[in-house]
Amino acid sequence: MSGYLLYPGCSMETSAVAYHDSLAAVADLLGLELREIDDWNCCGATEYLGINLIPAYALIARNLALAARQANGSRTVVAPCSACYLNLSKANHYMRERPILGERVNEALAAGGLHYDPGSVHIRHLLDVLINDIGLERVRDRVSRPLAGLRVAPYLGCMVPRPDYEKRWSDHEHPDELDRLLEALGAEVIDFPLKTHCCGGHMTQISPETAYELIRRLLQAADQYQADMIATVCPMCQLNLDAYQSAANQHFHTDYSIPVVFFTQLMGLAFGLDAEAAGFGRELVSARDALDRIGLPRQAPEEGEGATRQRRPRKPEGLPMPTVPGREGKG
Amino acid sequence: MLFAMIRAGMRDDALRSNTPWICVSCYHCVVRCPQDVHIADVMYTLKSMAIRAKLYQDSTAPDFSQTFVHMVETYGRSFEFGLATRHYLRHFPLKIPGMAGMGIGMLKKERMHLRPTKIAGMDQLSAILARAKALELTA
Repeated sequence: MSGYLLYPGCSMETSAVAYHDSLAAVADLLGLELREIDDWNCCGATEYLGINLIPAYALIARNLALAARQANGSRTVVAPCSACYLNLSKANHYMRERPILGERVNEALAAGGLHYDPGSVHIRHLLDVLINDIGLERVRDRVSRPLAGLRVAPYLGCMVPRPDYEKRWSDHEHPDELDRLLEALGAEVIDFPLKTHCCGGHMTQISPETAYELIRRLLQAADQYQADMIATVCPMCQLNLDAYQSAANQHFHTDYSIPVVFFTQLMGLAFGLDAEAAGFGRELVSARDALDRIGLPRQAPEEGEGATRQRRPRKPEGLPMPTVPGREGKG
Repeated sequence: MLFAMIRAGMRDDALRSNTPWICVSCYHCVVRCPQDVHIADVMYTLKSMAIRAKLYQDSTAPDFSQTFVHMVETYGRSFEFGLATRHYLRHFPLKIPGMAGMGIGMLKKERMHLRPTKIAGMDQLSAILARAKALELTA
Protein backbone atom coordinates (compact mmCIF):
# COMPACT_ATOMS: atom_id res chain seq x y z
CA MET A 1 0.00 0.00 0.00
CA SER A 2 1.40 3.37 -0.96
CA GLY A 3 1.28 6.14 1.59
CA TYR A 4 -1.28 8.85 2.16
CA LEU A 5 -1.02 12.59 2.46
CA LEU A 6 -2.20 13.91 5.80
CA TYR A 7 -4.08 17.14 6.29
CA PRO A 8 -4.12 17.37 10.10
CA GLY A 9 -6.02 20.65 10.54
CA CYS A 10 -5.51 23.29 13.24
CA SER A 11 -7.27 21.44 16.08
CA MET A 12 -4.92 18.47 15.90
CA GLU A 13 -2.11 20.71 17.10
CA THR A 14 -4.05 22.26 19.95
CA SER A 15 -7.33 21.08 21.48
CA ALA A 16 -7.22 17.67 19.79
CA VAL A 17 -3.57 16.87 20.44
CA ALA A 18 -4.73 13.54 21.93
CA TYR A 19 -6.17 12.68 18.49
CA HIS A 20 -2.91 13.65 16.82
CA ASP A 21 -0.69 11.64 19.15
CA SER A 22 -2.89 8.55 19.21
CA LEU A 23 -3.25 8.63 15.43
CA ALA A 24 0.51 8.79 14.97
CA ALA A 25 1.01 5.81 17.30
CA VAL A 26 -1.81 3.74 15.79
CA ALA A 27 -0.78 4.49 12.20
CA ASP A 28 2.70 3.26 13.05
CA LEU A 29 1.39 -0.01 14.45
CA LEU A 30 -0.85 -0.58 11.43
CA GLY A 31 1.80 0.35 8.90
CA LEU A 32 -0.32 3.25 7.68
CA GLU A 33 2.07 5.74 6.12
CA LEU A 34 0.95 9.37 6.54
CA ARG A 35 2.93 12.26 5.09
CA GLU A 36 1.84 15.70 6.27
CA ILE A 37 1.12 18.26 3.56
CA ASP A 38 3.87 20.88 3.80
CA ASP A 39 2.80 24.28 5.12
CA TRP A 40 -0.94 23.59 4.95
CA ASN A 41 -3.30 26.35 6.09
CA CYS A 42 -6.61 26.44 7.97
CA CYS A 43 -9.63 25.10 6.04
CA GLY A 44 -11.84 28.00 7.18
CA ALA A 45 -14.02 25.76 9.38
CA THR A 46 -17.67 26.80 9.23
CA GLU A 47 -16.81 30.50 9.32
CA TYR A 48 -15.17 31.58 6.10
CA LEU A 49 -17.90 30.34 3.75
CA GLY A 50 -20.36 32.61 5.52
CA ILE A 51 -18.38 35.69 4.63
CA ASN A 52 -16.87 35.43 1.16
CA LEU A 53 -17.30 32.65 -1.34
CA ILE A 54 -14.25 32.88 -3.63
CA PRO A 55 -11.76 33.59 -0.82
CA ALA A 56 -13.22 30.72 1.22
CA TYR A 57 -12.73 28.27 -1.64
CA ALA A 58 -9.31 29.73 -2.48
CA LEU A 59 -8.24 29.21 1.13
CA ILE A 60 -9.23 25.54 0.92
CA ALA A 61 -7.84 25.10 -2.59
CA ARG A 62 -4.35 26.24 -1.58
CA ASN A 63 -4.20 23.03 0.45
CA LEU A 64 -5.47 20.96 -2.46
CA ALA A 65 -2.89 22.51 -4.78
CA LEU A 66 -0.08 21.88 -2.28
CA ALA A 67 -1.26 18.29 -1.84
CA ALA A 68 -1.39 17.66 -5.60
CA ARG A 69 2.12 19.07 -5.97
CA GLN A 70 3.45 16.90 -3.17
CA ALA A 71 1.44 13.84 -4.21
CA ASN A 72 4.29 11.78 -5.65
CA GLY A 73 2.32 8.60 -6.19
CA SER A 74 -0.18 8.97 -3.37
CA ARG A 75 -3.17 10.96 -4.47
CA THR A 76 -5.28 10.40 -1.39
CA VAL A 77 -5.47 13.06 1.28
CA VAL A 78 -6.56 11.82 4.69
CA ALA A 79 -8.35 14.28 6.95
CA PRO A 80 -9.01 13.20 10.55
CA CYS A 81 -11.03 16.34 11.38
CA SER A 82 -14.65 16.45 10.28
CA ALA A 83 -14.82 20.10 9.24
CA CYS A 84 -11.52 19.82 7.36
CA TYR A 85 -12.72 16.67 5.62
CA LEU A 86 -15.96 18.38 4.64
CA ASN A 87 -14.33 21.58 3.40
CA LEU A 88 -11.61 19.85 1.39
CA SER A 89 -14.12 17.53 -0.28
CA LYS A 90 -16.55 20.38 -0.79
CA ALA A 91 -14.01 22.51 -2.68
CA ASN A 92 -12.85 19.48 -4.66
CA HIS A 93 -16.46 18.69 -5.58
CA TYR A 94 -17.80 22.16 -6.34
CA MET A 95 -14.74 23.29 -8.30
CA ARG A 96 -15.34 20.33 -10.61
CA GLU A 97 -19.12 20.60 -10.70
CA ARG A 98 -19.15 24.36 -11.30
CA PRO A 99 -16.39 25.22 -13.78
CA ILE A 100 -16.86 28.99 -13.25
CA LEU A 101 -16.04 28.58 -9.57
CA GLY A 102 -13.06 26.40 -10.48
CA GLU A 103 -11.75 29.04 -12.90
CA ARG A 104 -12.09 31.88 -10.41
CA VAL A 105 -10.45 29.93 -7.63
CA ASN A 106 -7.58 29.07 -9.96
CA GLU A 107 -7.26 32.73 -10.92
CA ALA A 108 -6.84 33.50 -7.22
CA LEU A 109 -4.38 30.62 -6.73
CA ALA A 110 -2.32 31.96 -9.64
CA ALA A 111 -1.56 35.05 -7.53
CA GLY A 112 0.39 32.66 -5.30
CA GLY A 113 1.91 30.70 -8.16
CA LEU A 114 -0.38 27.72 -7.63
CA HIS A 115 -2.92 25.79 -9.69
CA TYR A 116 -5.32 22.97 -8.90
CA ASP A 117 -7.13 20.62 -11.26
CA PRO A 118 -10.34 19.70 -9.43
CA GLY A 119 -10.50 15.99 -8.64
CA SER A 120 -6.77 15.39 -8.97
CA VAL A 121 -6.56 14.34 -5.32
CA HIS A 122 -9.11 12.28 -3.39
CA ILE A 123 -10.26 13.44 0.00
CA ARG A 124 -11.02 10.69 2.50
CA HIS A 125 -11.77 10.66 6.18
CA LEU A 126 -9.44 8.70 8.43
CA LEU A 127 -12.21 6.32 9.54
CA ASP A 128 -13.01 5.49 5.90
CA VAL A 129 -9.35 4.67 5.21
CA LEU A 130 -9.09 2.50 8.31
CA ILE A 131 -12.24 0.54 7.51
CA ASN A 132 -11.94 0.23 3.75
CA ASP A 133 -8.19 0.23 3.04
CA ILE A 134 -6.59 -1.16 6.18
CA GLY A 135 -9.61 -3.33 6.92
CA LEU A 136 -11.07 -4.68 10.12
CA GLU A 137 -9.12 -7.94 9.83
CA ARG A 138 -5.83 -6.12 10.16
CA VAL A 139 -7.21 -4.06 13.01
CA ARG A 140 -8.40 -7.23 14.81
CA ASP A 141 -5.01 -8.86 14.30
CA ARG A 142 -3.37 -5.96 16.09
CA VAL A 143 -5.59 -6.11 19.18
CA SER A 144 -3.64 -7.40 22.14
CA ARG A 145 -5.81 -5.96 24.90
CA PRO A 146 -9.47 -6.30 23.91
CA LEU A 147 -11.65 -3.59 25.44
CA ALA A 148 -14.06 -6.17 26.85
CA GLY A 149 -16.58 -4.73 29.26
CA LEU A 150 -16.12 -1.14 28.13
CA ARG A 151 -19.45 0.28 27.00
CA VAL A 152 -18.79 2.84 24.28
CA ALA A 153 -21.15 5.25 22.54
CA PRO A 154 -19.94 5.70 18.95
CA TYR A 155 -20.33 9.37 18.03
CA LEU A 156 -19.66 10.77 14.56
CA GLY A 157 -21.33 14.16 14.61
CA CYS A 158 -22.45 15.83 11.41
CA MET A 159 -19.78 16.51 8.88
CA VAL A 160 -18.32 13.08 8.27
CA PRO A 161 -21.43 11.23 7.05
CA ARG A 162 -23.07 14.34 5.56
CA PRO A 163 -23.35 15.60 2.89
CA ASP A 164 -21.03 12.81 1.66
CA TYR A 165 -19.92 14.23 -1.70
CA GLU A 166 -17.90 11.11 -2.51
CA LYS A 167 -20.60 8.60 -1.45
CA ARG A 168 -18.32 6.88 1.03
CA TRP A 169 -20.65 6.13 3.95
CA SER A 170 -23.13 3.35 4.68
CA ASP A 171 -25.80 5.83 5.78
CA HIS A 172 -26.12 9.58 6.25
CA GLU A 173 -27.83 9.42 9.62
CA HIS A 174 -27.00 6.01 11.08
CA PRO A 175 -23.78 4.81 9.51
CA ASP A 176 -22.21 1.74 11.16
CA GLU A 177 -18.53 2.17 10.30
CA LEU A 178 -17.46 3.46 13.70
CA ASP A 179 -19.56 0.80 15.46
CA ARG A 180 -17.82 -1.95 13.50
CA LEU A 181 -14.37 -0.56 14.20
CA LEU A 182 -15.01 -0.28 17.94
CA GLU A 183 -16.46 -3.81 17.98
CA ALA A 184 -13.26 -5.03 16.33
CA LEU A 185 -11.43 -3.63 19.36
CA GLY A 186 -13.57 -5.81 21.61
CA ALA A 187 -15.59 -2.97 23.10
CA GLU A 188 -19.25 -3.26 23.94
CA VAL A 189 -20.74 -0.82 21.43
CA ILE A 190 -24.14 0.65 22.18
CA ASP A 191 -26.58 1.42 19.38
CA PHE A 192 -26.31 5.17 19.95
CA PRO A 193 -29.37 6.85 18.47
CA LEU A 194 -27.81 10.34 18.44
CA LYS A 195 -24.59 9.23 16.78
CA THR A 196 -24.85 11.81 14.00
CA HIS A 197 -26.60 14.59 15.91
CA CYS A 198 -24.94 17.97 16.33
CA CYS A 199 -22.60 18.78 19.25
CA GLY A 200 -23.37 22.49 18.94
CA GLY A 201 -20.43 23.35 16.69
CA HIS A 202 -19.46 27.00 17.05
CA MET A 203 -22.64 27.75 19.04
CA THR A 204 -20.63 27.64 22.29
CA GLN A 205 -19.25 31.01 21.12
CA ILE A 206 -22.41 32.47 19.61
CA SER A 207 -25.33 31.23 21.65
CA PRO A 208 -23.98 29.17 24.56
CA GLU A 209 -27.46 28.17 25.77
CA THR A 210 -28.21 26.62 22.37
CA ALA A 211 -24.94 24.70 22.51
CA TYR A 212 -25.56 23.50 26.06
CA GLU A 213 -28.93 22.09 25.05
CA LEU A 214 -27.39 20.11 22.19
CA ILE A 215 -24.56 18.92 24.44
CA ARG A 216 -27.04 17.88 27.14
CA ARG A 217 -29.06 15.75 24.73
CA LEU A 218 -25.98 13.79 23.73
CA LEU A 219 -24.76 13.32 27.31
CA GLN A 220 -28.21 12.30 28.48
CA ALA A 221 -28.60 9.72 25.72
CA ALA A 222 -25.15 8.27 26.38
CA ASP A 223 -25.96 8.14 30.09
CA GLN A 224 -29.31 6.44 29.49
CA TYR A 225 -27.50 3.75 27.56
CA GLN A 226 -25.05 3.49 30.46
CA ALA A 227 -22.08 4.24 28.25
CA ASP A 228 -18.74 4.37 30.06
CA MET A 229 -17.37 6.63 27.35
CA ILE A 230 -18.21 8.47 24.19
CA ALA A 231 -15.82 7.79 21.29
CA THR A 232 -15.70 10.45 18.61
CA VAL A 233 -14.02 11.08 15.25
CA CYS A 234 -14.21 14.87 15.45
CA PRO A 235 -12.14 17.52 17.31
CA MET A 236 -15.10 19.92 17.56
CA CYS A 237 -17.39 17.24 19.01
CA GLN A 238 -14.72 16.21 21.50
CA LEU A 239 -14.11 19.80 22.55
CA ASN A 240 -17.77 20.63 23.02
CA LEU A 241 -18.74 17.46 24.87
CA ASP A 242 -15.62 17.35 27.03
CA ALA A 243 -14.57 20.94 27.72
CA TYR A 244 -18.13 22.32 27.91
CA GLN A 245 -19.56 19.37 29.85
CA SER A 246 -19.19 21.17 33.16
CA ALA A 247 -20.74 24.39 31.78
CA ALA A 248 -23.67 22.36 30.41
CA ASN A 249 -24.01 20.61 33.78
CA GLN A 250 -24.08 23.97 35.52
CA HIS A 251 -26.66 25.33 33.11
CA PHE A 252 -29.06 22.39 33.54
CA HIS A 253 -28.19 21.47 37.16
CA THR A 254 -27.12 18.05 35.97
CA ASP A 255 -24.14 16.03 37.06
CA TYR A 256 -22.96 14.11 34.02
CA SER A 257 -19.42 12.87 34.06
CA ILE A 258 -18.92 11.05 30.77
CA PRO A 259 -15.43 10.96 29.30
CA VAL A 260 -15.22 11.82 25.60
CA VAL A 261 -12.24 10.43 23.71
CA PHE A 262 -11.09 9.98 20.13
CA PHE A 263 -11.63 6.56 18.58
CA THR A 264 -7.91 6.37 17.81
CA GLN A 265 -7.21 6.53 21.56
CA LEU A 266 -9.28 3.39 22.06
CA MET A 267 -7.46 1.76 19.16
CA GLY A 268 -4.17 2.58 20.88
CA LEU A 269 -5.36 1.03 24.15
CA ALA A 270 -6.58 -2.10 22.40
CA PHE A 271 -3.27 -2.35 20.53
CA GLY A 272 -1.52 -2.49 23.91
CA LEU A 273 -0.25 1.09 24.26
CA ASP A 274 -0.26 2.53 27.73
CA ALA A 275 -2.92 5.12 28.39
CA GLU A 276 -0.62 8.10 28.21
CA ALA A 277 0.83 7.07 24.85
CA ALA A 278 -2.75 6.74 23.61
CA GLY A 279 -3.40 10.37 24.54
CA PHE A 280 -5.34 9.76 27.75
CA GLY A 281 -5.01 12.40 30.45
CA ARG A 282 -5.70 15.29 28.09
CA GLU A 283 -9.46 15.07 28.56
CA LEU A 284 -11.06 17.47 31.03
CA VAL A 285 -13.62 14.87 32.12
CA SER A 286 -11.25 12.18 33.29
CA ALA A 287 -11.45 8.75 31.67
CA ARG A 288 -9.63 7.07 34.55
CA ASP A 289 -12.65 5.45 36.17
CA ALA A 290 -13.69 4.03 32.85
CA LEU A 291 -10.19 2.71 32.23
CA ASP A 292 -10.23 1.10 35.68
CA ARG A 293 -13.25 -0.85 34.59
CA ILE A 294 -11.23 -2.66 31.96
CA GLY A 295 -8.45 -3.26 34.43
CA LEU A 296 -5.94 -0.81 33.05
CA PRO A 297 -3.10 0.07 35.43
CA ARG A 298 -3.44 3.55 36.88
CA GLN A 299 -1.19 6.36 35.71
CA ALA A 300 0.30 8.92 38.07
CA PRO A 301 -2.54 10.61 39.97
CA GLU A 302 -3.89 13.83 38.53
CA GLU A 303 -4.50 17.02 40.45
CA GLY A 304 -8.00 17.55 41.76
CA GLU A 305 -8.90 13.99 40.88
CA GLY A 306 -11.09 13.49 43.93
CA ALA A 307 -13.54 16.11 42.73
CA THR A 308 -14.21 14.46 39.38
CA ARG A 309 -15.18 10.98 40.56
CA GLN A 310 -18.18 9.60 38.74
CA ARG A 311 -21.45 10.65 40.29
CA ARG A 312 -24.97 9.73 39.32
CA PRO A 313 -26.65 12.55 37.38
CA ARG A 314 -29.57 14.32 38.91
CA LYS A 315 -32.73 14.53 36.88
CA PRO A 316 -32.09 16.91 33.99
CA GLU A 317 -34.35 19.90 33.66
CA GLY A 318 -34.03 20.58 29.94
CA LEU A 319 -36.56 19.92 27.23
CA PRO A 320 -38.08 16.43 27.28
CA MET A 321 -36.33 13.95 25.06
CA PRO A 322 -37.41 10.53 23.82
CA THR A 323 -36.20 7.87 26.23
CA VAL A 324 -34.77 4.45 25.56
CA PRO A 325 -37.45 1.82 24.95
CA GLY A 326 -37.89 -0.24 28.09
CA ARG A 327 -36.14 2.34 30.23
CA GLU A 328 -38.84 5.01 30.30
CA GLY A 329 -38.96 7.17 33.36
CA LYS A 330 -35.48 6.26 34.50
CA GLY A 331 -34.07 9.39 32.80
CA MET B 1 -40.86 30.22 5.82
CA LEU B 2 -37.46 31.65 4.95
CA PHE B 3 -37.55 29.99 1.54
CA ALA B 4 -41.07 31.34 0.96
CA MET B 5 -39.76 34.85 1.73
CA ILE B 6 -36.90 34.39 -0.72
CA ARG B 7 -39.31 33.18 -3.40
CA ALA B 8 -41.61 36.12 -2.68
CA GLY B 9 -38.72 38.52 -3.24
CA MET B 10 -38.76 39.81 0.34
CA ARG B 11 -35.02 40.44 0.21
CA ASP B 12 -34.49 42.52 3.34
CA ASP B 13 -36.76 40.37 5.52
CA ALA B 14 -34.97 37.25 4.35
CA LEU B 15 -31.57 38.77 5.10
CA ARG B 16 -32.72 39.91 8.55
CA SER B 17 -33.82 36.38 9.46
CA ASN B 18 -31.86 34.69 12.25
CA THR B 19 -32.22 31.25 10.65
CA PRO B 20 -28.87 31.27 8.82
CA TRP B 21 -27.11 32.41 12.00
CA ILE B 22 -28.54 29.61 14.10
CA CYS B 23 -27.60 27.05 11.42
CA VAL B 24 -24.70 24.89 12.64
CA SER B 25 -24.07 23.25 9.24
CA CYS B 26 -25.23 19.81 10.39
CA TYR B 27 -26.38 19.03 6.83
CA HIS B 28 -29.39 17.04 7.99
CA CYS B 29 -31.59 19.22 5.75
CA VAL B 30 -29.32 18.62 2.76
CA VAL B 31 -29.53 14.83 2.91
CA ARG B 32 -33.25 14.89 3.65
CA CYS B 33 -34.40 17.44 1.06
CA PRO B 34 -36.47 15.63 -1.58
CA GLN B 35 -35.58 18.32 -4.14
CA ASP B 36 -31.83 18.12 -3.52
CA VAL B 37 -31.65 21.77 -2.49
CA HIS B 38 -28.24 22.60 -0.98
CA ILE B 39 -29.86 24.28 1.98
CA ALA B 40 -26.72 24.64 4.09
CA ASP B 41 -24.98 26.41 1.21
CA VAL B 42 -27.99 28.71 0.80
CA MET B 43 -27.55 29.59 4.48
CA TYR B 44 -23.89 30.47 3.89
CA THR B 45 -24.88 32.71 0.99
CA LEU B 46 -27.57 34.43 3.07
CA LYS B 47 -25.01 35.05 5.82
CA SER B 48 -22.53 36.66 3.47
CA MET B 49 -25.27 38.77 1.84
CA ALA B 50 -26.55 39.88 5.25
CA ILE B 51 -23.04 40.87 6.36
CA ARG B 52 -22.53 42.87 3.19
CA ALA B 53 -25.93 44.59 3.52
CA LYS B 54 -25.44 44.94 7.33
CA LEU B 55 -28.91 43.51 7.82
CA TYR B 56 -28.35 41.19 10.77
CA GLN B 57 -30.10 41.92 14.06
CA ASP B 58 -27.67 40.30 16.48
CA SER B 59 -24.00 40.86 15.75
CA THR B 60 -22.67 37.97 17.87
CA ALA B 61 -22.46 35.40 15.06
CA PRO B 62 -21.26 37.74 12.27
CA ASP B 63 -18.59 39.12 14.61
CA PHE B 64 -17.43 35.64 15.53
CA SER B 65 -17.10 34.61 11.89
CA GLN B 66 -15.26 37.80 11.02
CA THR B 67 -12.87 37.51 13.98
CA PHE B 68 -12.16 33.88 13.03
CA VAL B 69 -11.46 34.86 9.44
CA HIS B 70 -9.26 37.74 10.58
CA MET B 71 -7.11 35.26 12.55
CA VAL B 72 -6.85 32.94 9.56
CA GLU B 73 -5.94 35.81 7.26
CA THR B 74 -3.23 36.91 9.68
CA TYR B 75 -1.66 33.57 10.59
CA GLY B 76 -2.95 31.05 8.06
CA ARG B 77 -4.16 28.98 11.01
CA SER B 78 -6.95 29.33 13.47
CA PHE B 79 -5.97 30.70 16.87
CA GLU B 80 -8.46 29.53 19.44
CA PHE B 81 -7.13 31.35 22.48
CA GLY B 82 -7.07 34.74 20.76
CA LEU B 83 -10.40 34.14 19.12
CA ALA B 84 -12.26 33.01 22.24
CA THR B 85 -10.77 35.74 24.44
CA ARG B 86 -11.54 38.52 22.00
CA HIS B 87 -15.03 37.20 21.30
CA TYR B 88 -16.01 36.70 24.95
CA LEU B 89 -14.63 40.12 25.94
CA ARG B 90 -16.80 41.74 23.35
CA HIS B 91 -20.00 39.73 23.61
CA PHE B 92 -20.08 37.83 26.91
CA PRO B 93 -17.83 39.77 29.32
CA LEU B 94 -19.93 38.68 32.29
CA LYS B 95 -19.51 35.03 31.40
CA ILE B 96 -15.71 35.15 31.44
CA PRO B 97 -15.36 34.28 35.17
CA GLY B 98 -17.59 31.23 34.61
CA MET B 99 -15.48 30.04 31.67
CA ALA B 100 -12.11 30.72 33.30
CA GLY B 101 -11.92 27.24 34.85
CA MET B 102 -12.35 25.60 31.49
CA GLY B 103 -9.76 27.88 29.91
CA ILE B 104 -7.23 27.12 32.64
CA GLY B 105 -7.99 23.40 32.26
CA MET B 106 -7.31 23.59 28.53
CA LEU B 107 -4.05 25.46 29.14
CA LYS B 108 -2.94 23.02 31.83
CA LYS B 109 -3.63 20.04 29.57
CA GLU B 110 -1.68 21.84 26.86
CA ARG B 111 -4.72 21.84 24.60
CA MET B 112 -4.64 25.57 23.98
CA HIS B 113 -1.66 27.71 23.03
CA LEU B 114 -1.16 31.28 24.17
CA ARG B 115 0.61 32.16 20.92
CA PRO B 116 -0.60 31.62 17.39
CA THR B 117 1.17 29.45 14.83
CA LYS B 118 1.93 31.13 11.54
CA ILE B 119 2.40 29.29 8.26
CA ALA B 120 5.60 29.84 6.25
CA GLY B 121 3.76 30.76 3.06
CA MET B 122 1.80 33.63 4.60
CA ASP B 123 2.74 36.02 1.76
CA GLN B 124 1.56 33.50 -0.79
CA LEU B 125 -1.72 32.95 1.06
CA SER B 126 -2.28 36.71 1.43
CA ALA B 127 -1.73 37.24 -2.29
CA ILE B 128 -4.20 34.44 -3.09
CA LEU B 129 -6.83 35.84 -0.73
CA ALA B 130 -6.38 39.41 -1.98
CA ARG B 131 -6.91 38.27 -5.58
CA ALA B 132 -9.87 36.13 -4.47
CA LYS B 133 -11.51 39.12 -2.78
CA ALA B 134 -11.13 41.22 -5.91
CA LEU B 135 -12.71 38.42 -7.93
CA GLU B 136 -15.56 38.13 -5.43
CA LEU B 137 -16.55 41.74 -6.10
CA THR B 138 -16.70 41.21 -9.84
CA ALA B 139 -18.68 37.97 -9.50
